[in-house]
Amino acid sequence: MSVLVNKDSKVIVQGFTGTEGTFHASQMLEYGTQVVGGVTPGKGGQTHLDRPVFNTVADAVKATGANVSIIFVPPAFAADAVFEAANAGIELIVCITEGIPVQDMVKVKSFLEGKSARLIGPNCPGVITAEQAKVGIMPGFIFKAGRVGIVSKSGTLTYEAADQVVKAGLGISTAIGIGGDPIIGTTTKEAVELLMNDPETDAIIMIGEIGGSMEADAAKWIKENNRKPVVGFIAGQTAPAGRRMGHAGAIIGGADDTAAAKMKILAENGVTVVASPADIGKTLAEVLSKGK
Amino acid sequence: MNLHEYQAKELLKKYNVPVQEGISADSVMAAEEAYRQIKSETNSKFAVIKAQIHAGGRGKGLIQGTEQHGVQVVKSAEEAAAVARNILGGVLVTKQTGAEGKKVNKIFVAKDAYYEGEHPVAEFYLSILLDRSKGQNVIMYSTEGGMDIEEVAEKTPEKIFKEWVYPGGGLMPYQAREIAFNLGLSGTAFKNCVKFVTNLYNAYIGTDASMLEINPLFKTSDDKIIAVDCKLNIDENALMRHPDIEALRDVTEEDPTEVEAGQYNLNFVKLDGNVGCMVNGAGLAMATMDMIKLSGGDPANFLDVGGTANAETVEAGFRIILKDPNVKAILINIFGGIVRCDRVAAGVIEAFNKLGNIEIPIIVRLQGTNAEEAKKLIDESGLKVQSAILLSEAADLVKKAVA
Repeated sequence: MSVLVNKDSKVIVQGFTGTEGTFHASQMLEYGTQVVGGVTPGKGGQTHLDRPVFNTVADAVKATGANVSIIFVPPAFAADAVFEAANAGIELIVCITEGIPVQDMVKVKSFLEGKSARLIGPNCPGVITAEQAKVGIMPGFIFKAGRVGIVSKSGTLTYEAADQVVKAGLGISTAIGIGGDPIIGTTTKEAVELLMNDPETDAIIMIGEIGGSMEADAAKWIKENNRKPVVGFIAGQTAPAGRRMGHAGAIIGGADDTAAAKMKILAENGVTVVASPADIGKTLAEVLSKGK
Repeated sequence: MNLHEYQAKELLKKYNVPVQEGISADSVMAAEEAYRQIKSETNSKFAVIKAQIHAGGRGKGLIQGTEQHGVQVVKSAEEAAAVARNILGGVLVTKQTGAEGKKVNKIFVAKDAYYEGEHPVAEFYLSILLDRSKGQNVIMYSTEGGMDIEEVAEKTPEKIFKEWVYPGGGLMPYQAREIAFNLGLSGTAFKNCVKFVTNLYNAYIGTDASMLEINPLFKTSDDKIIAVDCKLNIDENALMRHPDIEALRDVTEEDPTEVEAGQYNLNFVKLDGNVGCMVNGAGLAMATMDMIKLSGGDPANFLDVGGTANAETVEAGFRIILKDPNVKAILINIFGGIVRCDRVAAGVIEAFNKLGNIEIPIIVRLQGTNAEEAKKLIDESGLKVQSAILLSEAADLVKKAVA
């Protein structure tokens, strides 16, 4: 099973023929992902990476039966790309683009309410179900298949966590990079919920950072619905208040969204919190072996 | 991106938002001239001189080493000149600037808004910002204007109202009316307030603001509703569609090292610790800072070099971090995925050689694709660089370096 993507996912790439789209589409193909085509307006009818190019997402869906789309278009046009994908019946939209104006995301978020399409990101590394399908920009080789799910706001920190899990003798079911923007399609809580309900995931690593209340919301949900061990890490314990730390959403706005406040609320709700990023894999292995 | 009050007011006027008008000045002579012009326009001897810095609390703040406040009412051209002389070039220390304060390069000579008339005047508070958890913009307002709003929120939370704006429809007329009613307005002032709030929301959306705060929102004695002060922050991601606003950026208000880093496309935030770091990815960069702290050091900066950690970016990163004399060690932490670690290692060696005598310990942790080859390259380079593969190993090396 696993969640969101698997070997049967049919993926199209929006922004297919651009530099980023081309590079990562070929990496995804190499990983074994079923990339069935792509969209670049005005280049419909051409062939790229031995796959058909379409003018619109609707055309691509009609011709290929695609159910997943990954977006690499520049920030000014990314919101439009999400709207297009959702209207064309795509079930899972993964938006990699970094730097989308936040008011564009306000519109996207409200448009997607009540629709069947799920958005992952933006400003994220994407989703990978180990050894089945990679719909993202992560280095695939790190993600050895196993039964640990990852939910993370950060790209390289996800790779770090996955690598530590593998070095601890375990493996990954699905890793979901939810993105570091203030408004994102799938929240920490929603991603944790997906993994909690996945029969092929035994434990969850939840990586958050300063800013917003998503980790706190997830923690409260975990307390009420906990069936699997969750290990949490919050980046930014040393970040100063009021400064944006790289990610658009990583900014301390008040007393509730500091790393310390989030670590406290995670711990209170039954999550095993690690203070050092070097201890994520080790701690997860300990928690899992204790449960057995 | 932050704007000065005088810049923000110019933008608001484009959206027909009434403001306390004035003239900006960067010299004593210009301030005197501005005062004269305002006096002739208003037929009043009262004007207000306001220091222009990117921080609040200017009225209570003092120019370093003097008794001069950052905002002052003046009643003559001579007084205007004297106050301008005190403020311009001085360092204004407010509750928000920290002890180091901010240098004042510009003042705003404003018309007096508190003139006497038929009705009592009133100060309110109103701000528009993004409510992240709801994914909607929210208008926050209060009858308690001209005060520290955080204090109001803490002591009398019942005096703060909120109005969420549904993204599909924008601000509805009934919402603007509700705000004006809750502020206790009636008659002409009520109508003016509805118009003000509607236009202000348009300005917030139109400028891609991330925060727009009017404090005080002011009712004049002749029932006008105007913005006496204005704090406007623009969403950096949206500047691509507002070149006119981007041109208003005042780099003198920003940390010079951060400005320089921006020129290399590096995401840098200056901190005051003793261990510098250079990392790929924002989350890992924050996590690395945390690890430095847990190892007994204090992070001297946040630095995300992004997806391409090559010789050029590493060299720029070194140069920027080394400007800080407090830095006692540097940790480079790169998780090579698509970027190969051996390439990054070669970049580090090249940058190190180019810069010559770096006296402080450099710790390079490279993990991911070709990590072993990278470690070998570093170890055999003959440079005073310590290498690590595991994050825990890097933490131990930091511990030793700061011990």
